[in-house]
Amino acid sequence: MEIRGKSWRFGSDVDTDAIIPARYLNTSDPAELAAHCMEGAVPSFPSGFKTGDIFVAGKNFGCGSSREHAPIAIKAAGVSCVIAGTFARIFYRNAFNIGLPIFESVEAAEDILEGDELAVAADTGVITNLTTGKTYASAPVPPFMQEIIAAGGLINYVANKFK
Amino acid sequence: MPMTITEKILAAHAGKDQVVPGELINAKIDLALGNDITAPVAIREFNKIGAEDIFDRERIALVPDHFTPNKDIQSAEQAKIIRNFACKHKIVNYFDVGRMGIEHCLLPEQGLVGPGDLVIGADSHTCTYGALGAFSTGMGSTDIAAAMALGETWLKVPESIKFVFEGELKPWVSGKDLILRIIGDIGVDGALYRAMEFTGSTIENLSIDGRFTMCNMAIEAGAKNGIIPPDEITRAYVERRCRRPFKFYHSDPDAKYAQVYRYDATEIEPQVAFPHMPENSRPVSEAGYVEIDQSVIGSCTNGRIEDLRVAAKVLKGKQVHKNVRLIILPGTQDIYLQALKEGLIEVFIKAGAAVSTPTCGPCLGGHMGILASGERCIATTNRNFVGRMGHLESEIYLSNPAVAAASSIRGRIVGPWEVE
Ligand code: SF4
Repeated sequence: MEIRGKSWRFGSDVDTDAIIPARYLNTSDPAELAAHCMEGAVPSFPSGFKTGDIFVAGKNFGCGSSREHAPIAIKAAGVSCVIAGTFARIFYRNAFNIGLPIFESVEAAEDILEGDELAVAADTGVITNLTTGKTYASAPVPPFMQEIIAAGGLINYVANKFK
Repeated sequence: MPMTITEKILAAHAGKDQVVPGELINAKIDLALGNDITAPVAIREFNKIGAEDIFDRERIALVPDHFTPNKDIQSAEQAKIIRNFACKHKIVNYFDVGRMGIEHCLLPEQGLVGPGDLVIGADSHTCTYGALGAFSTGMGSTDIAAAMALGETWLKVPESIKFVFEGELKPWVSGKDLILRIIGDIGVDGALYRAMEFTGSTIENLSIDGRFTMCNMAIEAGAKNGIIPPDEITRAYVERRCRRPFKFYHSDPDAKYAQVYRYDATEIEPQVAFPHMPENSRPVSEAGYVEIDQSVIGSCTNGRIEDLRVAAKVLKGKQVHKNVRLIILPGTQDIYLQALKEGLIEVFIKAGAAVSTPTCGPCLGGHMGILASGERCIATTNRNFVGRMGHLESEIYLSNPAVAAASSIRGRIVGPWEVE
């Protein structure tokens, strides 16, 4: 599967309070969470964003709380995937568990500019910057994570065990 | 092969003789935790699995502590989801308002976590229990949903970083200052994916409450877990409480560490982390002139009895500055009661502080002390991210309880010696 979209840039250490401020956590409804996605971040949710576009950030994306509401809000807002130098570990787990594709590449995170057109091959993790023609390999997804993805998320993976 | 304490606990729960960093394991859990924000999502996901019941009704803890006592209708609905689930599955360790406390103060206090345990929680500060020599780590709601069904979880064995503190602490210096200092040195991703092990003579002499504070903030350096070797101080705390048998694990002397940091603890001053990252820490003597509007003493980081005693020591016979709101939140009902018995609550109220029932409240900008634009708050909490406690243009400074108390008296950030 190939993901295509325009890049929207964020800095390093984007925390979960920035992605979805706690005052909105009195609900877990994805649509409501999406309405407030990135409300605590500078810059905030990009106004020209189109469904399927891609977030690109520096290091330690998603640091802070364990709220799964963070990747849920991003996914429900229509973000097709997030590329970052590194991800905070709980966010990393959560993203896989809820089915938000994420790709780790320090080089891509440094190079890609706001507005670049990107193509990401989800299975190989190869990121192509269509604007510059440059390609980047993202860090390989651990085999166990691949099993979870193949099953369609952690809940399906576990549900299979109960069948 | 030599192993660290973290590796030993993980190996034991995976039924293996040994594990190595990077290895993926399936591990049995001793306890899974959820709160009023994360448990409703976990419950929704659990119901999709098709499991008939939870794996063990005594090994799941549900603590509605963030927006409780319910701050609005939506929070009330979230809390109701947990209450109904707890009732349906006869969950023993469900703590409703009146018995509830901040989860990471409550669980150890109630003896639900012990040395050698493997605990996962849908809350990033689950790493707190490393203070007892347990492996504990935060995850998301879906992970907890799976664990509630299976009684196990998958984990990647982390590499460990060792922090060695030697020497006696200066007056007013606490576990909070040691961990703020570390985060200042290594940064908010300085221990990403790794275990932080705290050792040395300073740690051996550190109170259990100080140890909880240190392990609590391991996540603020990106760590998977924080851990302290259990000893007699640990034993004294858990012996009267633990409901299950516990086991002490220790790192082998020749265990492998990714890095080792050494500190002369005698030189460390009380720290203040400036906005908007816990890594922006500096000694309070270098804080400069920072006026504050609010001071918060509480949270899973510093809402324990020792923290309240220190705050009372500073506040006794003094008055909170006329421009400052001081809000004090005891971590649990037991801590609240103990503070009451010791006369600490009276000290607080006479000083002009607002004392609340246990809740996370302002720590995450939930309720009970939200900041307006341009306002500054000094807090004993753990995160000073943009907007964490309210308006995006408010500021949070993190410190220990003595500094937060002294600052509330002076109206600006000062060390406790300035109000003595
Ligand atoms: S006190 Fe703050 S950091 Fe601790 S669990 Fe509550 S909201 Fe989270």
